[in-house]
Amino acid sequence: MAEHYKPVKYKAWEMSLEERFQEVFPPLSEREAVLEANRCLYCYDAPCMVACPTHIDIPTFIRKISTGNVTGSARTIMEANLMGASCARVCPVQELCEGACVLEHDEKPIMIGRLQRYAMDYADEKKIKFFNKGKSLGMKVAIVGAGPAGLTCAGELAKFGFDVTCYERKMWPGGLSTYGIVVFREPVEVARAEAKKIEDLGVTMKTGVTIGEDIQFDQLLKDNDAVFVSIGLGSVPHMDIPGEDMEGVVDGLDFIEETKVKPLSDIKYGNRICVIGAGNTAIDCATIARRLGSERVTMIYRRSEAEMPAYHFEYQFALGEGVSFSFLTQPVEVLGKDGRVEGLKCVRMDLAEPDESGRRVAVPVPNSEFVVPCDMVIKAIGQLKHTPFIAKLGEYGIKTVKGYIAVDGKTNRTAHEKIFAGGDCIRSKGEASTVMATQDGKIAARAIYEQLTGKPIPEGTLKKSTDMTIDPAMEKGYALCEHKPRVHAAVTTK
Amino acid sequence: MADLSIDFNGIKSPNPFWLASAPPSNSGYQVQKAFEAGWGGAVWKTVGAPVLNVCNRYGTIDYKGRKIIGLNNVELISDRPLEVNLKEMAEAKRNFPNHAVIASVMVESKKEAWQEIIKRIEDTGVDGFELNFGCPHGMSERGMGSAMGQVPEYTCMVTEWVMEVATRPVIVKLTPNVTDIVQPARAAVKAKASALSLINTINSIMGVDLDSFEIKPNVGGKGGHGGYAGPAVKPIALHLLSSVASDPEYQQSRIPISGMGGVETWQDAVEFMLLGATSVQVCTAVMHFGFRIVDDMIDGMSNWMDERGFKNCTDFIGKSLPRISSFGDFDLGFQSVARIDHNKCIQCNLCFIACNDTAHQCIDLKDMKLTDEVTERLWPVVREEDCVGCALCASVCPVDDCITMTEIDTGRPHITWNQLIKEKPEVLQWDKMIEYREKNHIHIH
Repeated sequence: MAEHYKPVKYKAWEMSLEERFQEVFPPLSEREAVLEANRCLYCYDAPCMVACPTHIDIPTFIRKISTGNVTGSARTIMEANLMGASCARVCPVQELCEGACVLEHDEKPIMIGRLQRYAMDYADEKKIKFFNKGKSLGMKVAIVGAGPAGLTCAGELAKFGFDVTCYERKMWPGGLSTYGIVVFREPVEVARAEAKKIEDLGVTMKTGVTIGEDIQFDQLLKDNDAVFVSIGLGSVPHMDIPGEDMEGVVDGLDFIEETKVKPLSDIKYGNRICVIGAGNTAIDCATIARRLGSERVTMIYRRSEAEMPAYHFEYQFALGEGVSFSFLTQPVEVLGKDGRVEGLKCVRMDLAEPDESGRRVAVPVPNSEFVVPCDMVIKAIGQLKHTPFIAKLGEYGIKTVKGYIAVDGKTNRTAHEKIFAGGDCIRSKGEASTVMATQDGKIAARAIYEQLTGKPIPEGTLKKSTDMTIDPAMEKGYALCEHKPRVHAAVTTK
Repeated sequence: MADLSIDFNGIKSPNPFWLASAPPSNSGYQVQKAFEAGWGGAVWKTVGAPVLNVCNRYGTIDYKGRKIIGLNNVELISDRPLEVNLKEMAEAKRNFPNHAVIASVMVESKKEAWQEIIKRIEDTGVDGFELNFGCPHGMSERGMGSAMGQVPEYTCMVTEWVMEVATRPVIVKLTPNVTDIVQPARAAVKAKASALSLINTINSIMGVDLDSFEIKPNVGGKGGHGGYAGPAVKPIALHLLSSVASDPEYQQSRIPISGMGGVETWQDAVEFMLLGATSVQVCTAVMHFGFRIVDDMIDGMSNWMDERGFKNCTDFIGKSLPRISSFGDFDLGFQSVARIDHNKCIQCNLCFIACNDTAHQCIDLKDMKLTDEVTERLWPVVREEDCVGCALCASVCPVDDCITMTEIDTGRPHITWNQLIKEKPEVLQWDKMIEYREKNHIHIH
């Protein structure tokens, strides 16, 4: 039998626990990658490239795979997107590049995400370093929060020659890539290796440091020529229903985080679980629970299938994992005994007329209460904003939009000239995602360079001219989002 | 159902599909297995002078992930003793009396040697001979194969030697490694050959390994030219076939041609036959996929014939040959322009960039508002008045029938170049040419 041949186990229950948490999509073999790359038409002015918020030159990186120039391919990706390995795995490609592929209708779109992963994996395996720290400009920038936006901004600034320090409250950098993306979509090693590449550009990484506690923001601003705020979002909000504080009710993001940082066999999970919410984080929680071994996982969502915010492919994935869905169901009380969860009391809902947002309002059906017996309730109904921190920024004249930090879209600069921001904490409209955060970081890095040096960005540093016209890129991201109103629940905008 | 059988100047075959003289017809086992699979005939791997082979013998070219669009080889003629080959030829013929068994022959350039081997082979009962004047490697260096085929006088002389003793049809196989294939073809005709076959393989080096710097195929660190065949050579073979088939001297002889060079499917075979081949020979495709491909070749050709009402192969052999012409006889008044069907267009814009970078800059990207999408992309639109009708855009378009080259009448005079320079020899001067163009509204931008 050929050495590379491994029988595929399609059914989760036939796999070991470790196998169940391997990446859902296996890496492409060299031959698969070349065949797929050769399917690419190499469109002129390709729509995939326009649809990518970071404008990766997709036809070029794919062509380079087809000619065996995988090193060049990875470089093409990294020039536009330092989070290429994460984006290859977690981007909603159906909504972005692959959704725009001209082969979408007649054939099937090119597997752009998986090809990107092929190139990024290759560069990782070969330990190829593409960029170096630029000649020192003698200027310092602080990054608050080392998620995709912060890491990208840090990396691009280091390439320009800034002395950059990232402050991260968690133990490891990477933000949601490290802690929030389910492990069978993106292994934690990938996220950490990506952050390591930023460190290798000469960026100082200070983890376990909370700004506002360990170091005051005032100090940070005083010590640096600019500050980039990319603090993301916080924990899942309260549902304000009785019994919510009972043992067995958990925050969805904490549940996902456990699978990223703990040995799988150490994770406590219920056998009969209710997941509240129907966004992508809720789906992640439900599918993790199934793969850990929960026998009955029910998703509780107060609206119908048509309104659910999860991506369609995630919904399909959950169905395939044996997750059941209880649509038009509103939780009203967590029931329990001795402080432990024993059931979730719900009420049936009906859909009424659309509200001003266009979504049909769900209204309770009188006398329709029922109880779903369960031993664990996972809340995944969006994320709170870091309100105290944002309030602190208000002291510098920084404004907010719907509770998010307000920035100028062309520069990602706040109302304070030294403070820039990006990532989920500014995503008051449009899709909160890794790739949008990455682009935020790029935009800010460019603006910081131009503002602090008074010069246009050096030739060849942020390569494509389209990269420089940021607005259409982000607008495209928004347009896609408005076209298909789906929001990643892990980073829900409310 | 159509009758696929052919009479190739006395060689009868149940269908026009023959194995070419090559590794697939190396032994009685293979030839009989091929007949069982449905092949109508087989030209035995060349017998003759003693040889020793080398490793590796084959080099291939892959294209965009598809294997073997071309194959070359440095394998020599049969390295099995003549007696063994003769015994197996006789057995194959005995077991398959209705199939065509043809012996390919190559010996040194001596009359006695040729005549002796022909006589010995005749005793096996084979249906005919093919004289290998084409092998471009190994044998040619020893004065055989293409060394004979490249000199028309040798071709004629050796064929005459063979014709003196042969009682069965003799096919002369031509090499493409010449400037004008019609010359050796005429030499064979002059020597009263019973038939021609073409093309043998083309001189080639398959490639260089970028890691080891070795030549492909690598023979112990060295490499050299070998015979190139496979789908990639088909257009060359079709050209050489049509050159011979439309040559008046050849046509007078009325002898058949067995065509080969890149035949892989029944469609390929039909094309060769439309250009004058009576049978076709196949090697690379069976080396890639095995004998079983003949099933579809028979079935596909038969269905194609039924659909068009052709009862016998003779109904269509040579049917496209009258269309073979020379540039000087093309109609200068025939005009076509590219038309893009925007209902089918997927906006890959390859037509735009091909036209703009490398052709005549007559496709624009325009905002057409053909959909109600907010982010509608630009559409390629042909400026017909500037389109020269080169057909590049239609060639690069990945969607079937999206760009069609449509015939239009611009009022240009329907005249050929040959007629024009006869009637108006002055157009051979640039100023007169410009005058002629202006008068006839021929605008070139």
